Amino acid sequence: MNNCTERLYNGIIKENPTFVLMLGMCPTLATTTSAINGLSMGLTTTVVLAASNALISCLRKIIPDKVRIPAYIVVVASLVTIVQLLLKAYLPSVNNALGLYIPLIVVNCIILGRAESYASKNSVVPSLFDGIGMGLGFTFGLTCIGIVREILGSGSIFNFRFWPENFDTVSIFVMAPGAFFVLACLTALQNKLQMPSATNITGPQMACGGNCASCHGHDCAANKGLFEAERAAAKAEKARKAKEAAEAKKAAALAKAAEQKKGD
Amino acid sequence: MSQLILLFISSMLVSNVVLSQFLGICPFLGVSKKTETAAGMGAAVIFVIAIAAAITWPINHFLLVPNEAEYLQTIVFILVIAGLVQFVEMVLKKMMPALYESLGVFLPLITTNCAVLGVASNNASNYPDDFIMSMFYAVGTAFGFFIAIVLMASIRERIENNDIPESFKGSPIVLITAGLMAIAFCGFSGLIKL
Repeated sequence: MNNCTERLYNGIIKENPTFVLMLGMCPTLATTTSAINGLSMGLTTTVVLAASNALISCLRKIIPDKVRIPAYIVVVASLVTIVQLLLKAYLPSVNNALGLYIPLIVVNCIILGRAESYASKNSVVPSLFDGIGMGLGFTFGLTCIGIVREILGSGSIFNFRFWPENFDTVSIFVMAPGAFFVLACLTALQNKLQMPSATNITGPQMACGGNCASCHGHDCAANKGLFEAERAAAKAEKARKAKEAAEAKKAAALAKAAEQKKGD
Repeated sequence: MSQLILLFISSMLVSNVVLSQFLGICPFLGVSKKTETAAGMGAAVIFVIAIAAAITWPINHFLLVPNEAEYLQTIVFILVIAGLVQFVEMVLKKMMPALYESLGVFLPLITTNCAVLGVASNNASNYPDDFIMSMFYAVGTAFGFFIAIVLMASIRERIENNDIPESFKGSPIVLITAGLMAIAFCGFSGLIKL
């Protein structure tokens, strides 16, 4: 049980996907126009994440290693379809508000990332709690950003009025540019306070946006190509240097031999 | 014809895929450090989105809709896209090595680009009966991505050595830039009424 609470803590605070890992930026920016939208997107993702972690952990000994990524994608896509149908049936307002972004949960890197880095190596119960923890962390992040944008942009929290009646709000914050500005201020604040975050770590820029602190590269298929290219370049460089060194050595030896001959 | 051109322009500029729909943010922020690589990524995305739209539309129209299996769209589309990217990579490697060299690492990255899946599902819900319209929408969206990422990379190259407040260095200034670009693209919103 201790392990399970540790997973929850890890997901919500220590490795919060929004604030620390900076994963899943598309839904973070797109669906946080209001607190309630952020909350519903977060909870939808939580359901998919918990179920996919549990299912992939169950199947981890059956799925062959070579085709694991397509297999994970099929599992996640099926779960997303189930959740989408459920939302359509029971919560049509959420379905309408989130629209296209529900099917796009499939390509959210948090889900494949957790499947690859945690669920494929651990047993079912910890994986389930890892999924719930990560999902709640994501929900927390989205709701916070949603609250900030809603207060500044439309002057309310969860549709309850926040400012006095005739207060002018900055409506740009609920429009597209506002999402970028809020996230920019958030990352700047993290940089200023030296908080643990993917954006604080200096290193090679990765394809998925942040230099994710605890991403192992293979978490995100996107990074694999870059890693391989980097590795190949390093190898080629090393080989070239070794060859040069060998040639230089050879030349030196020849020169020495020639000198010795002269001396004789 | 004029409707097709309007659709093309509106999907490219008015509802720009990155700056107003937030699809494909990851490569937009990650692969926009140099203009050349950004252009390469943009070209690869145009290529893949066009082919993916041309393949997923018939699958939806002739296979899923007649069998009343529209609920399988997400699963089928993501698998088709993932397979397609692999296939395109192999074909290019064999047939057009020059193009393959120039697209290089960007091709495999595109599977994780949500713009591709987004375009496929948008086409399935908005233009289920009109292939030409769906293709114009797809290519327009892809060009929108190309424009956004190339502009972003050019701006980033310019602000590289600027005097930026310490805590805004790195990704915050990139996000601010993206926000300012989004404001600029908001200006197109009154341009076309479809």
